[in-house]
Amino acid sequence: MVDNIVHIEQDRVTNTVSNDYPDTSISNAFRRIMISEVPSVAAEQVYIFNNTSVIQDEVLAHRIGLIPLKIDPDLLNWVDNSVDESDKFTDANTVVMTLDVSCTKNPNAPKNSTDPKELYRNSSIYARDLKFEPQGNQLENFKNPIEPADPDILLAKLRPGQEISLRIHCVLGIGSDHAKFSPVSTASYRLLPTIDIIEPIRGDDAKKFQKCFPTGVIGINNGEAFVKDSRRDTVSREVLRHEEFNGKVKLGRKRNHFIFNVESTGAMSPEEIFFKSVRILKNKAEYLRNCPIGR
Amino acid sequence: MSVEEPVKDVDVSMQDDEEQEEQLDTEKIKILPGATEDGTAASFQILDEDHTLGNALRYIIMKNPDVEFCGYSIPHPSETKLNIRIQTYGDMTAVEALHKGLDDLSDMCTHIEDKFAEKINKADYPKEEP
Repeated sequence: MVDNIVHIEQDRVTNTVSNDYPDTSISNAFRRIMISEVPSVAAEQVYIFNNTSVIQDEVLAHRIGLIPLKIDPDLLNWVDNSVDESDKFTDANTVVMTLDVSCTKNPNAPKNSTDPKELYRNSSIYARDLKFEPQGNQLENFKNPIEPADPDILLAKLRPGQEISLRIHCVLGIGSDHAKFSPVSTASYRLLPTIDIIEPIRGDDAKKFQKCFPTGVIGINNGEAFVKDSRRDTVSREVLRHEEFNGKVKLGRKRNHFIFNVESTGAMSPEEIFFKSVRILKNKAEYLRNCPIGR
Repeated sequence: MSVEEPVKDVDVSMQDDEEQEEQLDTEKIKILPGATEDGTAASFQILDEDHTLGNALRYIIMKNPDVEFCGYSIPHPSETKLNIRIQTYGDMTAVEALHKGLDDLSDMCTHIEDKFAEKINKADYPKEEP
């Protein structure tokens, strides 16, 4: 079924080619699950102690919520909402991070400088300024350091005298609740394009034919065009605009060959997200199978 | 005493059964009115599911050669309800067809998972964009 993996780019993007795959309804289920039902960790509560910056509390909290965090979701349990507020968050289900920054003047700033980065210290607050605060035995349980997936996300800008002091609780969630919990930036699939050359294309026409497609799609052997790699075709259908190729080429798609493009936000590898989507669909089917049918 | 003891045992086991019944989600799926007498055609309503399961299940049930028709709908976008209709040619009931569909779907997921794991473990794919 999954015939060949064309490439997995380190950490972020996967292109998975699946052959003899039954149907779009199944592929689409995986795509939908990857976007909205694979759990991941994001900031859910932001407790603001002091915020004298120009950015409002709720806007800052929203920005913090959207930062992708490098936390393996398997290491956390779900927060039980039936439990009383004071006992709800434990070291088993919550990751605590803090942000304590204040902006000051830089006494060594070069004269006549107008750049805030030189004039002030801490004038820009980035995601890297969030510091993990281990609770209980989290230091032993989490092997990798807890940090934002991208350290360079700008959160706020400060001027001398302004400060931000806050504490965030990060919990498990799913994308259908809020997009910040989605483990993927994009997850999509497409069908493998096919190019059939019905009549041989030779000479100058072959060169022109080659130029109708992105590089690498069409090769030329002894002056005759042949299909080298139809996967690279962007399906621009440019070739159909030229009369000389009329009836010589047939463009189409392989109906059971799906190419997935999964772009992870950084918490999990794309192949792991795909695995999880398969398992979630399986769990859905098995759970429903065991439910008694009422009237 | 010897007469009373077995009675007690029965009581305890019955309680266990009841507890198990309570754990099962009895609200999840029900048969809608309009099923035929012999059970070869019926509609089901599933709660808290959407197109993700609905379309995949519809496809896999339609693959069953004993099934004449299977279709699903989400009657209202703001209600998390999924209606699925199954009609068979008469050799199996709609409930059996639904259960077979669910089993087939989970078998297929197992197969995809195994095949994908095999390919990942082989690691014979390029790491750069081709």
